[in-house]
Amino acid sequence: MSAGVELDHVTVRFGDFTAVDNATLDIRGGEFFSFLGPSGCGKTTILRTVSGFLEPSEGCVRIGGQDMVGIGPNKRPTALIFQNLALFPLMTVAENISYGLRVRGADRSARRKRADELLDLIALPGQGDKLVSELSGGQKQRVAIARALAVEPKVLLLDEPLSALDLKLRQHMRAELRSIQQKVGITFIYITHDQGEALTMSDRIAVMSDGVIQQVGDGKAVYDNPETAFVASFVGENNPFPGTVTRADQTYAVIETAFGPLRGRNPRGLRAGDQGILFVRPESARLGAGSADTTLTSTVTNVAFEGYMTHVYLKGAGKKEIIVTVGRQAAIDIPAPHSAAPINYDADLGLVLPEGMLARE
Amino acid sequence: MSSRALVFIIPIIVIAIFWMMARREARRKPDPTRKGFFERNGVVLGTVFVLLVGFWTLFLVALPYLYMVVESFHPALPPMKRGGPDDVLTTAQYASFLVNPINDSINWLHMGALLFSIIASIAVTALNFAICYPLAYYMAQAGTAQKVRLLMLGLIVPYWVNEILRAFSLRLLLASKGLINQALMGLGITDAPIDFLGNNTGLYVGLSYAYLLVMMFPLYNAIESLDKNQVEAARDLGAPWWRIHWDVVIPYAKPGIASGCTMVFMLSVGSLAAPQFLGGPRTLWFTAVIYDFFFQSFNWPRGAAYAFIMLVVCIALVLGMLRLFKVSLGEAIR
Repeated sequence: MSAGVELDHVTVRFGDFTAVDNATLDIRGGEFFSFLGPSGCGKTTILRTVSGFLEPSEGCVRIGGQDMVGIGPNKRPTALIFQNLALFPLMTVAENISYGLRVRGADRSARRKRADELLDLIALPGQGDKLVSELSGGQKQRVAIARALAVEPKVLLLDEPLSALDLKLRQHMRAELRSIQQKVGITFIYITHDQGEALTMSDRIAVMSDGVIQQVGDGKAVYDNPETAFVASFVGENNPFPGTVTRADQTYAVIETAFGPLRGRNPRGLRAGDQGILFVRPESARLGAGSADTTLTSTVTNVAFEGYMTHVYLKGAGKKEIIVTVGRQAAIDIPAPHSAAPINYDADLGLVLPEGMLARE
Repeated sequence: MSSRALVFIIPIIVIAIFWMMARREARRKPDPTRKGFFERNGVVLGTVFVLLVGFWTLFLVALPYLYMVVESFHPALPPMKRGGPDDVLTTAQYASFLVNPINDSINWLHMGALLFSIIASIAVTALNFAICYPLAYYMAQAGTAQKVRLLMLGLIVPYWVNEILRAFSLRLLLASKGLINQALMGLGITDAPIDFLGNNTGLYVGLSYAYLLVMMFPLYNAIESLDKNQVEAARDLGAPWWRIHWDVVIPYAKPGIASGCTMVFMLSVGSLAAPQFLGGPRTLWFTAVIYDFFFQSFNWPRGAAYAFIMLVVCIALVLGMLRLFKVSLGEAIR
C-alpha cells in the first residue's frame, strides 16, 4: 500500500540558482512527513521532484526502493494535491474524483463505485453529481484529497493545501487530514510554511532554508532541540542573544552577550572563543531576577495583553525586541512600559548554538 | 406607396415601438430614483449621443441591409422602368437560386458553388484550427514570455502586407513554373509540375493564411486563462498528453474555439480576393457569383437575394454547430 521515499543527494538547479542543495532524506512508508520552511526555501521544488514534474540535476529519488529517473508524473505511484486544488471546473464532483480511473480505462460503474466510496471517506456522501463550483472551500479541499486518493497512490503529496482556507476551517482540516492519513495508511508528504500545521500533523518534520535541509526530526525535537540558529528562530518564537563563547564544557556554555555573560545548554559542543547565539524562548523566560548568569535586565517597551497570556516586550540589543510571555498562573506584577525590568530563565532552557542565519521576521 | 419607401419607414416604426414599450414599462414600475437620459447626460451631450448612435444604427447598419432585403424582392429592371407598373414585389430572385429562369432547369451551378464554398470554408476552418491550436497552446501555456513575444510578432507582421500582394506572391510560389514546382522538379521528386492552383491547394493555403490570426487570438485568449495546475493535475492523475487536451484544455477553451471557428468560417465563405486569385480555373466561389450579378450583369436584386441566401445558410450552419457542441452564442462572441 504505502511506500517510502528516499532522496539521495538530490540537487535541483534552475540555471545558476540552486533550489535544492544536496538533500538526503529517508521518508518511511506510511509516515506523515512535512517539509517546513519559509517561501522560496525549496520545499515545493522537492515536492515537484518527487512527483516527477522536475528531474533532479544531481542525485536520485527512489519511491519504494525504485529509482524514479525518467519516469513521468503520470507514471509514478504518487498523487499531488495542489495549493489551489486545481479541481476540474467543468466536471462534476464524481467525475473529478474518478478522473484518474477514467484515464486508466476503468468502466463507468467501477468509477462510480469508487467515487461513492471516497465520497463516504471524505464525509460528502451523495454529493457526486454537484458541480465543483457549488461546494464550499472545505468541501473542495476534501474532493481534491479524494481525487488524489482515487488512483490509490503509494505516496500522497500535499502542497500547502490548507493555505486558502480560513483559520477555523484550517484547524479543522488538520485533524481531518491526519485522520484520513491514518485510515488509508499511505505516506503523506506535506509542504507548508505554517509551523502549526507541521507540528500538529506530522510524524516527522524537515525544516528547510535556502534549499538546504536544516534538521529532520519529530515536532518536539525540532522545537525543543533545534540544531541550527535558523531552526531555533524559525520554529516557534525565540529570543536570540549573539555573542562570543567565553567558557564551555560538555553540558553548558557561557556566552558574552550585549547583556553580559549568560549561560545555556551547549548541545553542539561549542568552545571558548567561538561565535554563538543564545536562544531563550519567550515562554521559558520569566520576569524577575534569578542567578547572575541567567538574568539580564532591559527596559520594557510595550505590554500586550492577549487574554490567556501577556507578552512583555523589552529593548533588545539589535532591532528585534526581547519577548517574555507570561501565563495566567503566574501572579506577577507586569512592569509598566519604560521601566527597567530583570528577566531570568532556567539554564537548561537556554540554548547556545553556533552562529548562523536567522529566520526573517 | 412604393415598397422601397417602406425601408425608410420600418426602422422608424421599430424605434417607435421600442420607445413606447419603454414608456409603458416605466409607467408600470415607476422608479423614483431613475433619471431621464437627458437629465443624466445634459441636453448637449445627450443630443450628440442620440445623433451619433442614431446615425450609426440607421445609416450604417439598418438602412443599407434593409434596402438590400427590399431590393432582393424586386425584379431587375432598367432605370427607366423602376417604380413603374413592372416594379412589383416578387420572390423570383430567390427562386432563381433553385431553378435557373433562363431554361427552367435546376440551378446546379449556383447551388454547387454555395455548397463548395461552404465545404471548402469548413476545411479551411479545420485546417486553421489544426495549425493554431498547438501554437496557441504553446504560446499560452508552455512558452517563455520572450519567445511568445517573438512568435506573436512573427504572426502579426506578415499581416501588414496587403491581401492582394499576399495572394499574388502565393500564386508566384505555387504556379506551375513557380518556386515550389521548380524545386520539386529540380530535386527529381516530380517530373511534371504539380498544378497547385488548379487543384485548389493555393486556395486552401491562401484562405487559411488570410484568417490565421482570426483563429489564433480567440484560442490564445481562451487557453491563456487556463490554470497550469489543471494540466499538471490531469498529468499527475495519469492522463497521457492527448487526454489532457481532450478532457481539460479543449473543454475549457471551447468558447474560444467556437468563436475562432465561427469567425474564420464566416470570413472565409464571404472572402472574395483569395478565391479569385488563388482558386483553380474550374473553381467557382459563391461570392464571385454574387459579385458578377452586381458588377457584370448589373442585376442587383438577384445579387442581393444570393447574398442573403448565403448569409442565412451560413448563420443556420453556425448556430447548428454551436448547438451541437453545446456552446451558447453569448460565449462564442465573448
